[in-house]
Amino acid sequence: MRCTKCRSQEACLEVRRHNAAYCEGCFLDFFRDQVVRAIEHEKMFRRDDRVLVAVSGGKDSLALWDVLLDLGYEAAGLYIGLGIPGYSEPSREKCEAFARAHDARLIVVDLAEEYGLGIAETAQRTARAPCSACGLSKRYLFNKVALDHGYRVVATGHNLDDEAATLLGNLLHWQTGYLARQAPVLPEDDGLVKKVKPLYRLAERETAAYAVLRGIDYIVDECPMSRGAKSLLYKDLLNQLEAVSPGTKQSFLFGFLEKARPLFHEREAVELHPCERCGQPTTTPLCAFCRLREEVARPRRPRGRRHRRPASAPPGPPAPRPAERPVIPLIPVET
Amino acid sequence: MKVILRHPERREVAIEGRRRVGELLRELGLQPEAYLVIRGNRLLTRDAQLEDTDTVEIRPVISGGATRQER
Repeated sequence: MRCTKCRSQEACLEVRRHNAAYCEGCFLDFFRDQVVRAIEHEKMFRRDDRVLVAVSGGKDSLALWDVLLDLGYEAAGLYIGLGIPGYSEPSREKCEAFARAHDARLIVVDLAEEYGLGIAETAQRTARAPCSACGLSKRYLFNKVALDHGYRVVATGHNLDDEAATLLGNLLHWQTGYLARQAPVLPEDDGLVKKVKPLYRLAERETAAYAVLRGIDYIVDECPMSRGAKSLLYKDLLNQLEAVSPGTKQSFLFGFLEKARPLFHEREAVELHPCERCGQPTTTPLCAFCRLREEVARPRRPRGRRHRRPASAPPGPPAPRPAERPVIPLIPVET
Repeated sequence: MKVILRHPERREVAIEGRRRVGELLRELGLQPEAYLVIRGNRLLTRDAQLEDTDTVEIRPVISGGATRQER
């Protein structure tokens, strides 16, 4: 297959929703163009803004950090240690190695050491699913660390698949509050820094391809806490649609952003005030992060008095889906 | 050919006979949108021909996480 742009090189990646296939050089140009388009069209930040990139050691966040540095932005990384055994340590090492190789600033915050909120333990001691506790803690720290270090913009590596899966989940449960706040840009508000998603125009497969082509050493293994997460199911369903009808994910998300989100936005205005304990903005007397810390610190109830998730969280891996079962014999290779 | 899989654990399997990348993914029941196929350090498109002597990695690109995004 030839590159549909330069027509001289062999293609390395198809982008079916654009009816295109690109060689390495043309794909990297396409990727940068999509990021620039997102930044400029959505007015995410200006050329002289300092940007704090939330990095996890995964493909999306390191690809984002890489492309912003490559485009000439002053971008520092923020890594949050989540205390996930066997996963957090190698993730942090990937971020540190990337920062060293690019001579970039990396801020490291350890959730377990500094706040007593390692995700595995938090999930065990509260009724929250690990991904929920993780998301809540990260959102809190993104804002707090950005303010503490003088950054007005936090960039996250959410891609088109992430956003489409989130949209599907929010629609299935008619989460109108979340629908109102799902956008590539969440503007600066009283005590809240601006949050932006410069990769929202790019599919997950494209951010992975960018990371491979740019030689970024990222953590390929999935977070063990996310096994069985609903987001994986939603992504799988959307990819089934995408396979039959390329462009479905993009039209689903972009159509929502253009046509439907403003309707939710008008009806879901909220008032923020400082948390009574930490001072971070919240809609309740105590912010969700302080409530989580309180819940984790609370003495545990005796077992059996309340129905909750087994203490052996995280949940195990999901049963293989029929579509993933090999239909040809697989012979293990001696290594 | 030798195929390196990573879903959910890393393992290597042998598959007999030359075939195209798209055919390999289809036979393994894998969504093309959810994987990259890599030979050496090169990405392969669906029509790329794989030979019996090749070693290819089928790398998943999908990651999970929280579905809610709030402020």
